[in-house]
Amino acid sequence: MGINLSRYALFGLALALTAGVAANAVADEKKNWGAYQVEDRRSGYTYAAPETRAMQDDNFQNPGMLWAEIGEELWNKADGEAGKSCASCHKGPESMKGVAVSYPKYVAEKKNLENLEQRINRCRTDNMKAKEWKYESKELLGMTVFVRHQSLGMPMNVKVDGEAAPFFKKGEEFYNQRRGQLDMACKHCHEDFPGAQLRANVLSEGQGNGFPVYRLKWNGVGSLHRRFRGCNKQVRSSAYGYGSDEYLALELYVMWRGRGLPVETPAVRN
Amino acid sequence: MSKKYTTPFVAAVVGGAVLSLAAVCAQPVSAGTVEVAAMTEMKDPLTKQPGDAAKGKGVFANRKLGNCLACHKLEAMKEQSFHGEVGPPLDGVASRYSVAELRLRVVDPKALNPDTIMPSFYKSEGLHRVLKKFAGKPILDAQQVEDLLAYLATLKE
Ligand code: HEC
Ligand code: HEC
Ligand code: HEC
Repeated sequence: MGINLSRYALFGLALALTAGVAANAVADEKKNWGAYQVEDRRSGYTYAAPETRAMQDDNFQNPGMLWAEIGEELWNKADGEAGKSCASCHKGPESMKGVAVSYPKYVAEKKNLENLEQRINRCRTDNMKAKEWKYESKELLGMTVFVRHQSLGMPMNVKVDGEAAPFFKKGEEFYNQRRGQLDMACKHCHEDFPGAQLRANVLSEGQGNGFPVYRLKWNGVGSLHRRFRGCNKQVRSSAYGYGSDEYLALELYVMWRGRGLPVETPAVRN
Repeated sequence: MSKKYTTPFVAAVVGGAVLSLAAVCAQPVSAGTVEVAAMTEMKDPLTKQPGDAAKGKGVFANRKLGNCLACHKLEAMKEQSFHGEVGPPLDGVASRYSVAELRLRVVDPKALNPDTIMPSFYKSEGLHRVLKKFAGKPILDAQQVEDLLAYLATLKE
């Protein structure tokens, strides 16, 4: 696959660079992050404040678990003209174990990528004869959290070759393209400067393994595409739509960047 | 100190709308067959009106304008919370660079380091998908750049 080695060299350089200035980051770097680090890739968990990590670690404290509960209730609830619930066909939620790690994935019928939100909605429209849930609705977020949570701790593993290859390439281009009035690409913040303080934030590698995440700033759970929109707008660039082809390709690339990192849904971030 | 901060970059393409104004380039050097120029400074002010350091201080700190503290530390602005550490501290920066050198660093730092994260503060063309509200406008207007430079010039060690 088109792994860009120079990028990793740069990443090392950036770490060395920030090491000089970011005392906290230095301490953190030496820490053994266990499963939260794979080779040189680290989950956003490792850049989060200790209190935020503690909140994520404890299921009773993790506010994102409320969304998992919403999903759990919906799992057993019949809806739509077919009079079925998810459980009618999929039985227990354990059937979803390991499903999330390979999303987004290429779907031949669509000749396009599909992410987990869209896969869930496809079951609603095609199998349940029910209406799609809207992006960022508590239903779709709740079910996505619930389904991903069944893969908690499992390593992310999206397929980027074969039919997925052109989408992967598109995502990579998106990632490295400067945009907005501030003229920055994703890579400038998340590859060149993870660990560095950017005003009030500590930059992370911008990984997707914890999504949908509970964000303290949002006071709720949000999807990865919501995060993309925020990161586009903060460089004064116009965002793409939820579920757009552009963001699907970007999602594939971002999930590939985090290959091997554990599913953390619902992660807690500030 | 990393390479990123010190590279005397040889820019392969030195373009950009506002650079044509009056950027001073060193002798062209050749890299392969392409004639390239290493640009180090920008001598001519962008406005006739000289910069106002007091206003420039505001431009520096304002999150909607320079927002320089997002990436740079500055002792002289200790009273402001959250100084970034993406770029080098700017204490004493006027002892290291002339105003003409600083002008280029603010107007278009990509002329020095094409891959820099630092925005070009006086550039409005060649940008991708700018929000409508900001389209066609540079981050700072010419007078704000000159005010900012007047403030930077006070940062001596
Ligand atoms: C009428 C039966 C039916 C219902 C009801 C149904 N599904 Fe499905 N679902 C399927 C079938 C069939 C597949 C394809 C199975 C396969 O590819 O192995 C599938 C696939 C999926 C997948 C992808 C699995 C994978 O391995 O990639 C997910 C996720 C999913 N369903 C979630 C749901 C959710 C959530 C609901 C309730 C909102 C639901 N489904 C309701 C029949 C159903
Ligand atoms: C100006 C710097 C900047 C740019 C450019 C930027 N981001 Fe971010 N991003 C942030 C900040 C700040 C955060 C919150 C702290 C963190 O996790 O880095 C963040 C968070 C994220 C997260 C959440 C990480 C987690 O663990 O929860 C993802 C994913 C992300 N960004 C993806 C992107 C993508 C994709 C792009 C390009 C479209 C992008 N970012 C561009 C600054 C940036
Ligand atoms: C998004 C981060 C970012 C922002 C915002 C930013 N800079 Fe920078 N700046 C950098 C980086 C990184 C460097 C290191 C050199 C490079 O990358 O080209 C730098 C270098 C500089 C230098 C050269 C310093 C030296 O010692 O070599 C000056 C002067 C400077 N910046 C001024 C400013 C001013 C003034 C502002 C606000 C108008 C500003 N910067 C905003 C990231 C930033």
